[in-house]
Amino acid sequence: MHEIVKMENILKVYPNGIVANKSVNFSIVEGEIHALVGENGAGKSTLMKILFGIEQFTDGKIMLNGQEVKFNNPQEAIKHGIGMVHQHFMLVPSLTVAENVVLGDEPKKAGGILDINRAIKETKDLADKYHFDIDPKMKVEDCSVGTKQKIEILKALFHGAKVLILDEPTAVLTPQETTELFKELMLLKEKGHTIIFISHKLNEVKEISNRITIMRAGKDVGTYHTDKVSKEDISNLMVGREVIWDLEKTKADPKNVTVRVENITLVNEHKRRLLDDVSFSLRQGEILGVVGVEGNGQRELVDVLTGLQKISAGKINIMHQNIDKYTIRQIRDLGVSHIPEDRMTLGVAEFASIEDNLLSIYFDKKDFLNGPFMKQKEINVWAKDKVKDYTVKTASEKTQVKMLSGGNIQKVVVAREFSNNPKVIVADQPTRGIDVGAAQFIHKKLIELRDNGASVLLVSADLTEVMDLSDSLIVFYSGKIVAYFEDASKLTETELGLYMLGLKSQTEQEVRRCVYA
Amino acid sequence: MLKGLFKKRSVDQRFESIRFGVAILLALVMAFILILLVSKQPFEALGYLFLGPISKFRKMGNVVETAIPLTFLGLSVSIMFSANQFNMGSSGAMFLGGTIAAIVGLVIPLPFGIHPIVAMLAAGVVGGVLTSIPAIIKLKWGASELVSSLMLNFVALNLGLYLIMNHFRDLSAGTLASLPLAETVLLPTLVKGTRIHFGLIVVIIMVIVAWLFLAKTKWGYALRMTGMNINFAKYSGISTAAVVLYSQFIGGFLAGMGGAVEIMGMYDRFRWQFMPSYAFDGVIVSVLAKKNPLYVPVAAILLAYIRVGADTMSVNSDVSYEMISIIQGFIIIMIAANAFLKHYRQRMVVKEATQND
Repeated sequence: MHEIVKMENILKVYPNGIVANKSVNFSIVEGEIHALVGENGAGKSTLMKILFGIEQFTDGKIMLNGQEVKFNNPQEAIKHGIGMVHQHFMLVPSLTVAENVVLGDEPKKAGGILDINRAIKETKDLADKYHFDIDPKMKVEDCSVGTKQKIEILKALFHGAKVLILDEPTAVLTPQETTELFKELMLLKEKGHTIIFISHKLNEVKEISNRITIMRAGKDVGTYHTDKVSKEDISNLMVGREVIWDLEKTKADPKNVTVRVENITLVNEHKRRLLDDVSFSLRQGEILGVVGVEGNGQRELVDVLTGLQKISAGKINIMHQNIDKYTIRQIRDLGVSHIPEDRMTLGVAEFASIEDNLLSIYFDKKDFLNGPFMKQKEINVWAKDKVKDYTVKTASEKTQVKMLSGGNIQKVVVAREFSNNPKVIVADQPTRGIDVGAAQFIHKKLIELRDNGASVLLVSADLTEVMDLSDSLIVFYSGKIVAYFEDASKLTETELGLYMLGLKSQTEQEVRRCVYA
Repeated sequence: MLKGLFKKRSVDQRFESIRFGVAILLALVMAFILILLVSKQPFEALGYLFLGPISKFRKMGNVVETAIPLTFLGLSVSIMFSANQFNMGSSGAMFLGGTIAAIVGLVIPLPFGIHPIVAMLAAGVVGGVLTSIPAIIKLKWGASELVSSLMLNFVALNLGLYLIMNHFRDLSAGTLASLPLAETVLLPTLVKGTRIHFGLIVVIIMVIVAWLFLAKTKWGYALRMTGMNINFAKYSGISTAAVVLYSQFIGGFLAGMGGAVEIMGMYDRFRWQFMPSYAFDGVIVSVLAKKNPLYVPVAAILLAYIRVGADTMSVNSDVSYEMISIIQGFIIIMIAANAFLKHYRQRMVVKEATQND
């Protein structure tokens, strides 16, 4: 088989010092569908951006058909027959399908004027060739998401793509659209195109790909023939197994209900139900784990509990207060702490100092204020203490947060969120992408807080983590709770997986057990 | 690990100062080359440019006088930019502030001492209201404050001119000017032999106040966090809408006050016929000062120095004043350009990142 692309020892260091790819080896053969899987932040998108010329590698080598190449920009990659469909479409909404498809390489009449009829005809021919059901004269803004994706693919094909990179193409599609996309991809493969399919949805990967390369923490951990590995193998390789240790944890002794969620629904602007009639309770002194394949409502649940989003229907009571009209500040004042999934976007201001980042929920508390002035000395002593207590490795508490490693940044977030005797802790992926030591530290803290009577809602894609830490578990699938396990310690990952993938679900009565009075 | 952090921190800081120095040096070299190209007596011209401002006591005074409004504008822009609000309304607020101060000086009789204070406050409030308009539009309808504030500058300019021309114009004066302002509102001269006026004291106070506000108060903290990462601020429970509003009000207040100080200190009537030449000067000063109120006067003096030097040069030699605008533009591009010397920094970072493993 002909090896069409080979990337050798790719190193990528971003300007902020983050090493996104480290000695990555990746090769694809002509005519295959090759899945590239890994957790968020594993470096798969970076690797593909390098192949497509959006980013340049720091060190390494790219071979295309046996020739060494280096792309300084996407135009060069396109010239060499590589195309990429991004997660966020790059189309001009006010132009027609045909105009978008030919953009950048337009058929022209004499004098350099766009030959619109030829553009339409060429688009039509191309669409017919690949059985794409598309009207070239339609305006892109009137097209559905699925159609827009087809236009993106057509655009890449029009520009001569032989190798097509699809970045999480199914993330935005409905199941029906996904089926259609897969049919089209198979056809493309038959016609001799090579497809790289980035995803972390394992069932899709199993369904569509011939081979699969798994990435973890910026490195590739192996390439396999898809039919020779099971989903479990893949997920083990994705997550890695170094996160094994014994957690000292006593049995939970849940007390009063702190958070009561009643029949909440969240509908987005496309009328999709991101949360669909969800009810559960969270009690003092328990860790309730929330699991599910990413994009099944867990993030939205966190958002509505912390006030980042408002629910469309239903009721949320926290500490016996209906939080419907509450601001984020008011919800926090009820004793809710929040470890956000994306620490760089929500959790910190990276250009601010550690001290300023620790202070963001305390800066206007009486202890730190003298009239409108902040008590610099007290604050500084307090911040130094926190840095020490949470073993943040830094030269000083005045250091900018962006200078810290991921684990230390997370410790800053956790130090802030855990220091006000929280009654309810919403921890969303609290240890994603951080080193084992920091992860272990955070786990211990969570258990300590639970033992002191806090309620913890733990959302995590790391199954080992949720299963080790949680007392009880709820499983989300497609915006609904499909299972509740009162005792998380009696579960196996395989069993959980069936519920997560929607292959199995409990009856309504069984699920209702997670609602306590 | 710890050692690595130390090193990395100093890498970044070192890089910043190197970049700043190189930018100014390159701009000066550029000035030198340009002057060599256009002038018949380049060395004489350069002498006027660089030594002109310190050649006479009066000239040094000019530098300080010019730096006063520049400082007000720099503070105004620094506060708005610290909140990441790109409001360009400072010059409009300054113009309107000057107008309001003149009107207060003309129509409200007040005793010496109180009169200028009332005029400054009135000008500040009007300036603040003006720059709050883009903030409100942004909060309500999501329009970019950049565009609406730029447009609003024309409203401010023509509103001010309308008021003066139709209600307070001195028809006996040869040029467009208001009636003479009341003696009580004018700021007395501070340093004999120059036109340095009492506004110097006012501006020094405002520099300190602005710095205290931004660095030491809870409002300043909320403002800075909002500016650095508005999502983080929201998530932390900070009322970012309030920050968006008050940062722009304060910005306009400072500019309006600066307009009042300028009119009351440098003139005896309202004499501005166009937007004062400071249109984007506030941005230049703020960028040079890295939005730190304490550095703003330094940056303002630097800019004022270049201006006075350019003035002296254009009067005494064959190099025109416009040349200075070119040089200034060059300095700003170099300092503002994030990517400038990027490769040099990337090399430092890669070395760091790979060494640490």
